[in-house]
Amino acid sequence: MGNHALSYGAMLGRAQVIAAYPITPQTQVVELLSEMCADKTLDAKFIKVESEHSAMAACLGASLAGARTFTATSAQGLALMHELLHWASGGRLPVVMGNINRAMAPGWSIWSDQNDSLSQRDTGWIQFYCSNNQEVLDTVIQAFKVSEKLLIPSMVILDAFTLSHTYEVVDVPEQAKVDKFLPPFKPEITITPDDPHAFGGLTGPEHYFELRYKLQKDMEKAPALIEETGKEYEKMFGRYLGQVEEHCCDDAELILVTSGTMGSTARVAVDMLREEGIKVGNLRIKVFRPFPFEKVRNIFKNTKKVAVIDRNISYGHHGMFFQEVKSAMYGFDHDLPIFGFIAGLGGRDITPSTFREIVEFSLEKNKPEEEIIWIGVNR
Amino acid sequence: MKKEKQAKEIIFKSEKEVPLMPMSVGNMLWNKTGGWRNIRPVIDFENCIQCGICWKFCPDAAIYIENERPVVDYVYCKGCGLCAEECPSKCIAMVEEEK
Amino acid sequence: MRLSLPEEELMGSGHRACQGCGATLAMRYALKALGQKTVLCIPACCWSVIDGPFPYSSLDVPIYHCAFETAAVSASGVKAGLEMVGDPETTVVAWAGDGGTFDIGIQALSGVAERNDDILYICYDNEAYMNTGIQRSSATPYGSWTTTTPVKHFKNRPKKDMEAIMAAHRIPYIATASVGYPEDLFKKVKKAKDIKGTRFLHIYAPCPPGWRCRSEDTVKLSRMVVQNAIFPLYEIEWGEKYTLNIKIKEKKPINDYLRIQGRFRHLKREEVAYIQEEVDKKWERLLANVNGSQ
Repeated sequence: MGNHALSYGAMLGRAQVIAAYPITPQTQVVELLSEMCADKTLDAKFIKVESEHSAMAACLGASLAGARTFTATSAQGLALMHELLHWASGGRLPVVMGNINRAMAPGWSIWSDQNDSLSQRDTGWIQFYCSNNQEVLDTVIQAFKVSEKLLIPSMVILDAFTLSHTYEVVDVPEQAKVDKFLPPFKPEITITPDDPHAFGGLTGPEHYFELRYKLQKDMEKAPALIEETGKEYEKMFGRYLGQVEEHCCDDAELILVTSGTMGSTARVAVDMLREEGIKVGNLRIKVFRPFPFEKVRNIFKNTKKVAVIDRNISYGHHGMFFQEVKSAMYGFDHDLPIFGFIAGLGGRDITPSTFREIVEFSLEKNKPEEEIIWIGVNR
Repeated sequence: MKKEKQAKEIIFKSEKEVPLMPMSVGNMLWNKTGGWRNIRPVIDFENCIQCGICWKFCPDAAIYIENERPVVDYVYCKGCGLCAEECPSKCIAMVEEEK
Repeated sequence: MRLSLPEEELMGSGHRACQGCGATLAMRYALKALGQKTVLCIPACCWSVIDGPFPYSSLDVPIYHCAFETAAVSASGVKAGLEMVGDPETTVVAWAGDGGTFDIGIQALSGVAERNDDILYICYDNEAYMNTGIQRSSATPYGSWTTTTPVKHFKNRPKKDMEAIMAAHRIPYIATASVGYPEDLFKKVKKAKDIKGTRFLHIYAPCPPGWRCRSEDTVKLSRMVVQNAIFPLYEIEWGEKYTLNIKIKEKKPINDYLRIQGRFRHLKREEVAYIQEEVDKKWERLLANVNGSQ
């Protein structure tokens, strides 16, 4: 299942310290990992912490000591870690975390919704959104490589149940080949009595700015590095990831912008609509942070309309992918109509007919009359 | 014996010199905390019984042992008075700093 | 000249502590016992400022300035990481204040103790949130003034019995110590250093600005508190075996201790009597535990 793909990714990536706390729908990730640690398939220390906040704290400590670390969580757990997410990026600790996109309470929901991970978009983590099990496994391995090169943490995000709990056939690469692709983590600076430093002390206005400037500058290197790493991986394993997945975008008059599993549903819908002669395409964003500005601007050059589908909303504003797409296009193509749809919150199903509705709506109107177009809400 | 250590202030001329993660690259010896005090300890060596208690109870490690005697490092002594208070032979006087 | 502690200093001068700071005495002695092969995890507390700002540090051992609530579990993580990268010998120490141990850090500490993770947890207790300006914590003793328990509403709950809480976790070693007894503190840190599993040390560390006492009274208070059975020095092994370390020759009235601290000056006679009663009861309970362990 998708969750197990995360576990296999961590195992093949030779994670050395894992600290995690159970939360539906992530539990299978850590259950399989504890089995792997117990029977020595994975040589790692598994700290069975008492909360997600402690899980991230333990990972940070271990990462600072120079170990490769991995954890996984969801919704409430991710929110509980929030303080430490800032710590990981500011401390330049390359933790890799699996996050299962789950709706934020109240009321208690265990179903798919992107608000949890998108609420963390400002914390300085690289965010990968996956849509199938193979992609999950491949992304975790590449995430270790990218994170450790830049010293910026990353999260690999799956939809609750539609990805975390669905079973698919996955090609599990050989450990020896993965070892060639991903060498051991050997940071230059670690916490050790042989070279004592105090990490993270009181930092005044005369220094903080430069430290954060450096973080942003390194984040800006990520798009190129992700592409390069993707090509390397393709050479060795035959599969390419990259920052986005384009489907029929070259001659599309309307491009859908999606992410996660609804991105694969969109692909199916696009194929269906193409058969009916509608020139629609799908752009599935795989890397949300850092936002793929260049790719998006390039792909939209020849299209007439864009429809962004968000499985999330920033209250008092709009869907977050919509905000980011619009801001990417500002200054590049003011006349391009961009429609912002909100669908599937709290796990409400997004089907090919949802996309049909979205496409018909967008093709009918010349430009969006409302900032938010709600799809599937019982009004 | 007092160990000799380098004390210098660190200035980064540009972001390129700033370490990647906030980490220390020097010690605090440049911070001359002796400037904090109003009164200073003065040891009367005639009555000093060389017990080492003043050295033991200094929170700033500002008393060191040299030639079997306690020596106050006035560069760092904050004038808290613990040495004088704890001295069993009462041979340390806290004297006002002259301006 | 025979010094009762090793001469080498791992704590340098020039640090930012107040005059007469008990927390620095605690650190100075602990580091002498721990030695250079140590990593400290220091959460938000006085020591995160005393050590010095970026890019400086006054200690000769590495420090991880971790998030407030995470001292214990950050130490756990560092220990696990160090072991995985081939260093099983370095002692990892969580060095936290009373706020970061009794209050916000108690969950992480409890988790670590329950798992018996291999770290040495040292709490230096100045009995309030001193770093942020003397606000009350659950380690603040009954009767104390703080900025959040003004005189008309003084702290009217007893100090949390952290040793009892840690004993309930059945960890290998718990001990109390005081900066007024440096040799005992040194011995305990040295002993704890060589034990595997979670070890908990609770050090009494006076704070002159916070307690409204004179800076030169730090050591005197640290002795009185032990001699008057307010903060007795004892060890607990595996949550069951109690050993008293400093025998009390003659218990003096508690008022001797209270009246040299401004934070207790407002107390009325009946309130002082109540405090004396509680101290006596707690002392009897401890003696019973010690006798039960013989």
